[in-house]
Amino acid sequence: MSDAHAHSIAFVRMETLPESPPPARQTGMPKWLRDNLFSGWANTLLTLVGIWAIYTILSGVLPWILNGVWNASSLTECREILAGQTGACFAVLKDRWHQLLFGFQYPSELYWRPILAFFMMLVAIAPVLFFDLPRKLLIFTALFPFIAYYLIWGGPLATPLVALAGCAAAYVVFDRYGKESFAAGFLGGVAVALVVWIIGGIVVGMVASETPWMTAVPSRDLGGFMLNMMLGVTCVSLSIPLGIVLALGRQSDMPLIKGICVVFIEFIRGVPLITLLFVASVMLAYFFPPDSTVDLFLRVVIMITMFSSAYIAEVIRGGLAALPKGQYEAADSLGLDYPQAMRLIILPQALKISIPGIVNVAVGLFKDTTLVSVISMFDLIGMIRGPILASTEWNGVYWELLGFAACLFFVVCYGISQYSQWLERRLATDHR
Amino acid sequence: MLLSDTRYRSLTFQGIALLLLIVAIAYLSSNLIRNLEAAGLNISYEFLGNPSGYDINQTLIPYDSQSPHMRAAWVGILNTLLVSFLACATATIFGVVAGVLRLSNNWLISKLMAVYVEIFRNIPVLIWIIIIFTIMTAVLPGARSYLGEDPEAKMLLGMFAFTNRGIYVPAPIWGPGSMVVVVVFLASVVGVFAYRRYATKLLYATGKLLPTGWPSLLILIVPTVLMFFIMGRPITLDMPDPLANRFNLRGGLQIGAPLIALWFALAIYTGAFIAENVRAGIQAISRGQSEAAASLGLRPGRIMNLVILPQALRIIIPPLISNYLNITKNSSLAIAVGYADITATLGGITLNQTGRAIECVLLMMLFYLTISLAISAVMNVYNNSVKLKER
Repeated sequence: MSDAHAHSIAFVRMETLPESPPPARQTGMPKWLRDNLFSGWANTLLTLVGIWAIYTILSGVLPWILNGVWNASSLTECREILAGQTGACFAVLKDRWHQLLFGFQYPSELYWRPILAFFMMLVAIAPVLFFDLPRKLLIFTALFPFIAYYLIWGGPLATPLVALAGCAAAYVVFDRYGKESFAAGFLGGVAVALVVWIIGGIVVGMVASETPWMTAVPSRDLGGFMLNMMLGVTCVSLSIPLGIVLALGRQSDMPLIKGICVVFIEFIRGVPLITLLFVASVMLAYFFPPDSTVDLFLRVVIMITMFSSAYIAEVIRGGLAALPKGQYEAADSLGLDYPQAMRLIILPQALKISIPGIVNVAVGLFKDTTLVSVISMFDLIGMIRGPILASTEWNGVYWELLGFAACLFFVVCYGISQYSQWLERRLATDHR
Repeated sequence: MLLSDTRYRSLTFQGIALLLLIVAIAYLSSNLIRNLEAAGLNISYEFLGNPSGYDINQTLIPYDSQSPHMRAAWVGILNTLLVSFLACATATIFGVVAGVLRLSNNWLISKLMAVYVEIFRNIPVLIWIIIIFTIMTAVLPGARSYLGEDPEAKMLLGMFAFTNRGIYVPAPIWGPGSMVVVVVFLASVVGVFAYRRYATKLLYATGKLLPTGWPSLLILIVPTVLMFFIMGRPITLDMPDPLANRFNLRGGLQIGAPLIALWFALAIYTGAFIAENVRAGIQAISRGQSEAAASLGLRPGRIMNLVILPQALRIIIPPLISNYLNITKNSSLAIAVGYADITATLGGITLNQTGRAIECVLLMMLFYLTISLAISAVMNVYNNSVKLKER
């Protein structure tokens, strides 16, 4: 460094400065507020609009909820207690909760049966939803439909027992012969099940005169949220196997089978569920043998199952199409035949890809079970619009009832979609 | 054996399937014939020509109770199309706004939009329809409170009356010469497109950038307004008049409460689904695209218009169209609030009056199937036209 240059610099710092804290508006809460809420005039305006919207909604709803009346026997009594103030009349929920949940005809001394069935359903569904649970629990899951049928409908014990025996016999046959030839095992199983059911039906017909332990409840007495749950669970679980078959059929290279599946799927997806429910309520009875009496519940289950299986088939087809071709070729090169390749290689992967889609269909279907109120079945919505709002005590209590229904559906549907997201993370094996 | 020889296996299976199908159809149709005989019915569409004998309060074409059932079905079809169109347009607006705002930097707004989407997606649309219908019928005042010299309720801007029977809006009266104004308006819409095309062509050919915003607006408005005054103001408005009648509002156009309930419920419900599609579509465009565009020196608005949106639309539009399809199918819920769509006329009153269940349900399915197939055909054409052309 030359002398001249040394003189031109007045001051040289020889040590580093101590670190000073960042300015107050660049850290913590103020910075977060500035970045996320008030970063520009447009953003500030949006924030203010948002705050105004929240304030408007809360100032309208909160006093109404907090001021709610829980003990009253009619709307007029509610109004007297409120004496002109805003407030909800939640007493209607307390007064009619059993009707909202079970419908107005289910015998009240038998409420323990659907409640028990509900908790057993939680146990039965757990090993399907959570893979970490012991696999032995699946035996209970397999038994659950028969137990649930017996609990909810009652009647002679022999009916579910015969149904169970048929399924068990079919399983034994399939287990024995299905290893060598899938088709032989499957057809044999179906044949054996039919034989058992026919013989069992005759036997039950002979011994049915005895009084059953469980009082029989006819299907038309089912109602309320229970009906929504039953339709949702039954139809989703029935439509998944049917959807797999339809999806495989649509992928098949046999033109006739492919044609049947395509026409079925496109037809069902092209019409609204309401028209299918109309079919169930006014038209389907014409297609059964003249002397048979198939009740409305079963007809609705048939139509909703067809409806959702078409949608599930499309979801699974997406999963099948997303698999790389190499997987199919690898299965062929191992010498696996079609059923083996599907069961061991293709479907496990394809179903994994389609889980989010299947859950979406299930949530949509559960919401759509409310449509049965249109064909005068008394599900939750049917109960609210029919017997409860039409009664003299509670005529005019709209918001409490509709809010209650909305909350029930929101809790269930939001829960299922959260589960689906958890499962997606859980099954993500592609290390991305 | 037929099952194990690969030459015949496929044929064997198809033969079995065909046999089963024929047996099933034969069984079902024999049941049908026996049941119809037992009930003394037959399949015939003659009832469609008989007078319907019921009134419909909201119709787009002339209709009275002496019109045949066929006419009632047409009223229903037009009403279905009307509410589907209105709901599709509104749902798109709601969905795009909510989807874009959900990606906003503003924490509060993006959380609010997330709440909107979750609440509306997880509650059945039937409940929303009933809720909005209840708001319309139970909360809004009756038409009578708008009547008289000194009404209890004021009309919005003196034009819109919100009553429990529906919303009254001014109705345009098409006087003589109004067609000319309409034609001029349509011509100026074409003119705007022509001008924009010309501007783009000029830009590509010479690099000269013409302004497009205000000239388009001018082309759109000025000729129509000029023609409107030249023709002597042929289009006038028919206002709902509080003084014309002592019992009900007279004049204007009444949009019935069922239509509004169905329209808005479908719009906000499907809007939540569309919002998710829009969000997913925008998020699916990798960050590198906008960074590359920025490094080419494009401005943020142009990055959005020229780079992000064309790619995002390819992802957004197919689910958007299937949402439109869902709106059309969900509009059949009209029957829950008494809006006279095809399900309520043909599948509701006509079916109950004539007892022709099979015919009515089949016709209804045919209508919805036609709409669905038409929409899917449009979607396939679109998908093929925007497919990534690679390899």
